[in-house]
Amino acid sequence: EFRRFSLERSKPGKFEDFYGLLQHVHKIPNVDVLVGYTDIHGDLLPINNDDNYHKAVSTANPLLRIFIQRKEDADYSAFGTDTMTRKKNVLSNVLRPDNHKKKPHIVISMPQDFRPVSSIIDVDILPETHRRVRLYKYGTDKPLGFYIRDGSSVRVTPHGLEKVPGIFISRLVPGGLAQSTGLLAVNDEVLEVNGIEVSGKSLDQVTDMMIANSRNLIITVRPANQRNNVVRNSRTSGSSGQSTESSLPSSTPNIVTNFMQGEEESDEEDIIIEDSGEPQQIPKATPTSESLESLTQIELLHEPTQNGFLPSSDVNLTHPAGSISMEYEVQDPDHKSLEEDGTVITL
Amino acid sequence: MRRFLRPGHDPVRERLKRDLFQFNKTVEHGFPHQPSALGYSPFLRLMAIGTRSGAIKLYGAPGVEFMGLHEENNTVVQIHFIPDQCQLVTLLDDNSLHLWSLKQHSGASELREEHRFTLKGPPGSPPSATQITAVLPHSSREVLYLGTESGNIFVVELPSFRVLEDRSITSEAVLQRVPEDSCNRRSCELVEALREHPKNPDQILIGYSRGLIVLWDLQSNKVTHHFLGSQQLENLYWQRDGSKFVSCHYDGSYTQWPVSSDNRQPEPLENIVPYGPFPCKAISKIYWQTTKNGLPYIIFQGGMPRASYGDRHSISVVHGSQQTAFDFTSRVIDFFIIFSSEPAAEFDDPSAMVVLAEEELVVIDLKTAGWPVVHPPYLASLHCSAITCSHHVSNIPLKLWERIISAGSKQNVHYSNMPWPIDGGTNIAPDPPQRDLLLTGHEDGTVRFWDASGVCLRLLYKLSTVRVFLTDADPNDNMNTLGEDEWPPLRKVGTFDPYSDDPRLGIQKIYLCKYSGYLAVAGTAGQVLVMELNDEDVEHVVDHAEADLLQDQEGYRWKGHEKLKTRDGPVRFEAGFQPFVLVQCQPPAVVTSLALHSEWKLVAFGTSHGFGLFDHQQKRLVFVKCTLHPSDQLALEGPLSRVKSLKKSLRQSFRRIRRSRVSSRKRRGGVGNATEVREANAKFDQDTLQEMELAPVQRKIEARSAEDSFTGFVRTLYFADTFLRDSSRHCPSLWAGTNGGTVYAFSLHVPPAERRMDEPVRADQAKEIQLMHRAPVVSILVLDGRSTPLPEPLEVAHDLSKSPDMQGSHQLLVVSEEQFKVFTLPKVSSKMKLKLTALEGCRVRKATVANFGSCKTDDYSENDLAVLTNLGDIQIISLPFLKLQTRYPCIRKEDVSGIASCVFTKYGQGFYLISPSEFERFSLSTKWLVEPRCIVDMPEVTSNNHVHKSGMENAARKS
Repeated sequence: EFRRFSLERSKPGKFEDFYGLLQHVHKIPNVDVLVGYTDIHGDLLPINNDDNYHKAVSTANPLLRIFIQRKEDADYSAFGTDTMTRKKNVLSNVLRPDNHKKKPHIVISMPQDFRPVSSIIDVDILPETHRRVRLYKYGTDKPLGFYIRDGSSVRVTPHGLEKVPGIFISRLVPGGLAQSTGLLAVNDEVLEVNGIEVSGKSLDQVTDMMIANSRNLIITVRPANQRNNVVRNSRTSGSSGQSTESSLPSSTPNIVTNFMQGEEESDEEDIIIEDSGEPQQIPKATPTSESLESLTQIELLHEPTQNGFLPSSDVNLTHPAGSISMEYEVQDPDHKSLEEDGTVITL
Repeated sequence: MRRFLRPGHDPVRERLKRDLFQFNKTVEHGFPHQPSALGYSPFLRLMAIGTRSGAIKLYGAPGVEFMGLHEENNTVVQIHFIPDQCQLVTLLDDNSLHLWSLKQHSGASELREEHRFTLKGPPGSPPSATQITAVLPHSSREVLYLGTESGNIFVVELPSFRVLEDRSITSEAVLQRVPEDSCNRRSCELVEALREHPKNPDQILIGYSRGLIVLWDLQSNKVTHHFLGSQQLENLYWQRDGSKFVSCHYDGSYTQWPVSSDNRQPEPLENIVPYGPFPCKAISKIYWQTTKNGLPYIIFQGGMPRASYGDRHSISVVHGSQQTAFDFTSRVIDFFIIFSSEPAAEFDDPSAMVVLAEEELVVIDLKTAGWPVVHPPYLASLHCSAITCSHHVSNIPLKLWERIISAGSKQNVHYSNMPWPIDGGTNIAPDPPQRDLLLTGHEDGTVRFWDASGVCLRLLYKLSTVRVFLTDADPNDNMNTLGEDEWPPLRKVGTFDPYSDDPRLGIQKIYLCKYSGYLAVAGTAGQVLVMELNDEDVEHVVDHAEADLLQDQEGYRWKGHEKLKTRDGPVRFEAGFQPFVLVQCQPPAVVTSLALHSEWKLVAFGTSHGFGLFDHQQKRLVFVKCTLHPSDQLALEGPLSRVKSLKKSLRQSFRRIRRSRVSSRKRRGGVGNATEVREANAKFDQDTLQEMELAPVQRKIEARSAEDSFTGFVRTLYFADTFLRDSSRHCPSLWAGTNGGTVYAFSLHVPPAERRMDEPVRADQAKEIQLMHRAPVVSILVLDGRSTPLPEPLEVAHDLSKSPDMQGSHQLLVVSEEQFKVFTLPKVSSKMKLKLTALEGCRVRKATVANFGSCKTDDYSENDLAVLTNLGDIQIISLPFLKLQTRYPCIRKEDVSGIASCVFTKYGQGFYLISPSEFERFSLSTKWLVEPRCIVDMPEVTSNNHVHKSGMENAARKS
C-alpha cells in the first residue's frame, strides 16, 4: 500500500508528530509500527527519534522512501547496512543494467520477505509453443491449487493428424499458487513433469508424479492460449493487451540458477529429532547434484510472505515535484517484460 | 542431468541379472472362480473344470494339473472327454466347439487347443437351428453327435470337425415312425440328452425336451424304439447292462424304462417323485449305479419340494433304505460318480461322488458307511471365509512342520480315509526345495495354514481365534444336527461359509516365528493375540491387557465399532496354537502393523492412532506412542466417516468389488436370478461410464501436509539390533513408520535372560525422522556392515544365518510409497535415494527383501528388494545402491484387490489373489520355481487294440 505526501524539508518538526502523521495518513491510529527509510547508499535505516528523523529528511534526494512495518511483524534484522544493496545486486544480476538507469530506485520490502514462487525456465531449449513453469511450493501455506484431467489433443504424426490422449489442467483454485503465477491456465496441456514425459501415463500416474514433486514442481505445458508465448531472438512478442518489446538476454546470468538450486537441495532434506531434541535437517552423506535442467531463467517473480497490505506498507515521501513509483514491480524493474503478460504479478 | 542419461550398461552385470531374475506365473492355487462346467475321464482318471471366463483346468493325482484358456474368454458350457483318448471337447456359450489335446513335449505333458469349430446351418436358417444343446463323443472316437435346439442332430468328424451331412439325424426322420397321436412337430424341439448304448455302439438314445425319447440305430439310420414320456425331460442315464435306462424330469420325478427287442414302444417300469407329493423342483441329472448286493445307488441332483426347500442346492443319494440329501452351501454346477470303468466288470460299484459347487469341490466317499467327505488335496476353497490378509514363511524347520501337521490331523478326523480317487497322470516335478507355509487370515477370525511348498496348496491346520471372545453366535447352535425323522434327510456338506458372525473378528496381520513357534495375530477390533504351539489340549486363562493409544489426548470420540468382549475364566483350546496373551488397543481400531520378536519376547502393534510395545514374557505393556495429528478428526471418529475422504475412483472400484461379491454370493435362486444380477451389473457399468463422460474425472494436485488425514496411521513396525545412539554400542530398537512419512525409533533395554523376569523392559525414544515428501512409510529395514539385511530373530541362534556384521557401520533403509532412502546410522545422514514416483508415476505398495540365487552357480546369491507398485508392476531394486534391476508387469492395475493381496516370499516368489478364491503363484527367481510338471500316459487298454495303436502312432508322430 502506497501513500504519498509531502513534507516541508526545512521544517521537519518532531519525530512524534511525524509518527502521528504516518498513522493518520495510513488510518492506523492504534497500531504500533516501526518506521525505516533508505539512505543514499540504499541502506535501510530506522527512524525512531528526532535525530535520525531529521537526518532522514535532510538527506532525502529528492524522494524520501519510508517503510512502515507493524511492530509485531517487524523484522529487526532487516535494518542495517547493505540490506538494500544486497538486494540490488541480486536484481542487477538478473536484469540488464541499462534497465536500471531508466528508473529511480524503487521500493521493495525486506528481502527475507521475498522468495520465488514461479518462473519460466528453459526458454532457450524448448519449442516456442511450449512453456516450462516452475512452481516453488516450499515455505508457503498457499496450496498448489490446480486440478488436472484426461483429454485428447491432436498431434502431427507421420500418418497425418492423430488424436492422442493427453493430460490437461482442468481447474485453477482461486488464490492458489498455480493461479497466482498466471503462467498456467485451464486447458493447458501438460507435457512433462520435472523432465519426465507424461505421454502414455495415466491421470493417476501424472497426479502421483506431480504430488511427489510438489515441493519443486516443474511442469512443461502447451498453453491453450498460444498468443502469450515468448518469442525467441526477436524483439517483439505477441502478447495480450499492450504488446510491448521484450528483448530477452541471450545469456542470462547464472547466479540466480545457483541460488535456486541451493534452495532446492536444502529443502529436500528430511528432518530428524534426536532424543526428543530440536529438529534438524538431515545432512547429506555424499552430496550429489541432481539438478534437472540448466536453469536459464527469464523471469523471476517474488512475493512477500505477508500478503496483506497493512502489516508492511511503503511510504513514498516526495517533494511536490517528485516522481511517483506506482507498483511493487521492484522485483523486476524491467517493466516491459512484466507487461508482456499482464497477469504475471499477483499478490 | 543424470537422470536423463541411460544407465551405463555393464555387460557383466547384465549377464548376472539374466542368471538371477526371471518372471514366471507358475501355477494357480485354490478354487477356480465362477466354475461353469465339469468333465471327467474314467479312462485318464482326470477331471476337467471350465469357468465363466473361458479357462479350462485339468486335475488328476496331486501335482498333476493343466490349464488352458479359450481365446474368446467365453463361458465354458460343457466339457466332454473323447473316450479312451487324451483329448477333450469344450462347448462355449458362443456355440463354438474346441478340441484340446494333452501332448508330450520335452518330457512333460501339455494341454493345447488343437481345433475350433462353429456349427453352421444352411443359409437363412435361424441361429437356433445350430445352437448346440447336447454333445455325444462316440466311443468310436471318430465322430461327435451334436444335438441342437432345432431338434436336429449333426455329426462331425474328429479331429477335423468336418460335418458329415449324410449322417445327420433330422427330427423329420425321427418322427416318421412315431405314432401320430402322441406326437407333433413340436415334440422334437430341443435335444436335451444324447446317450450311447453301453453295450451296443450302434445305438444312441435321444431325449427331446418335450419328453419324447427314441432309440436310434446308426446302422439302419432309423428309430428302433419310442418312449413316450409325458413330462418335460431333463436328462437320461443308461443302466450298465443296457437293459434299462432312467429319465429325469422337470417336475421332480424320474422314470425307469425297459429296453427290449419285444416291445418297440414300451411303457415305463416305474415313475417316482422322490420328494413328493407336493410340487418339486426339477431333477436335472441322475445316475443309476448297480452293485453286487443288488441294491442300486440312485443319485440325483435337485428334486426338492419347491415351497419349503426350493432354495437348497442338493444332491440325493439313495441306496436301499439309506437316503441322504447332501446340502451344498453354493449352487451345484455339476457332479459325476466314480465307478468301475472296467468294461468286463458286471457292476458299477460306485466309490465316490465328485460334486462341483459354485464355490467349492466336495467329494463324498460312497464306500464307507455314513458317506463321509474326502479331503481334497487341491482345489481348496481359500475363500470359505473371505481372505483378509496373508503371510508367507519360507523354509519351515521340520520339527515345527510336523507339529503343525499333527495339530491339523486332529482336526480332520471326520474326513474319509479313502485315497484321493481322481489319480490320473504322474507328477514328475522335482520335490519342492523346502517347506513353505502360507498363512491366510480370514474374516471369520480364523487363520489357515497352507502347505505352499509345491504345486498343490494343501490345508494343514486351521486356527480359530473366536474362542477367546464372547460373540453373539452360540457355538451350540448347529444347523446340521437333524433328527432321524427329518424329511428330506438333508446333510450340510462343504466348508464354504461367507457369512461372518462378527466382522470385528477378522484377522488383519499375522506374524509367525518359525524357530520358536510363537505366533502373533491381530484383528479388526484392535485385538492382538500372542500364541504358542502346544501339542496337547489345554484349558487356561488368557492374560488380558489394554493399550490406550490415545494416552492423555482429550476430547476425542471414537465412532467406530466397540472392542470385542473377552471370555472370563479359563477357556479350552485344542492342540495347536493356543493364545496366552491378548492385548486390546483402545480405541479398537483395526491393527495396521504388527511385529514380533521371539528372542526378546516382545510384540509391537500399531493402529491409525499410534503404536505400542508389549512384553509377553512379563505380560506387561512397555509403552504406547500416540502418532495422531491433533487435527486429524477422521482417524478419531472411526472407519465410518472415512468414506468421505476417498477419491472417486476408489469409491467406484470398491463399489464394483462389493457388487461382484454380492452377485457371486447371493446367487441362490438359480440361473434366472444370476442373469438379472449380471444385467444389473452391466447397467451399472454403463451408468458409471456415462457419468464419467459427462463430468470428466479430475485430480487435485496438492502437496501432502502434516494436517492430512490418517498421517498417524502406523504402516510398519520393525525390530532391529543396531547402532541407534552411538557407533560403539548396539542395542535392541523398535522402528515405526507412519502414513505421514514419520519414522520413530525407540531404543530398548531388554534385560539378560537370567534376569528377564526381574527387570522391566525399558524403551526410550531415540530418533524421529520426518521425510519431507511426507509419503506413507511402507517398510523399514536395517542393513549391517556388509549391507546385508539384519537376520530374523533367532535365525542366528539356530545357525541358519551368519551373524550380522556389527563392525562396519549400519544403514537404515526407509521405503515410502514414493521413495527409497538409505541413511547412515547412528548419526542419520542421507546416503542414497531413489525417487520412484517422481520418475515413473507409480507408488510402492509392497517391498520385501528377497534372496536371489544364480541358476548358473550355487555359490552366488544376493539380496534385493522385490517391490510391487500400484500399477501392478514388480520391480527388483538392488541393495544397498537402490538401482533398478528389472521390471515385470504382473497384475492389472485395475485389480485393486489383487495388488493389495500380494505377498513376496524370502526367495523371490510371490502370491496374489486373482479372484476371491484363487492365488496366482509367480516367481522372480531363476532358481526357485514351483510349477506343475507332469505326464499323462495313455493307459494300457487290453480290450481294445485300436486305442493302443493310435496312441503309438501319436507318439511316433511326435518324435
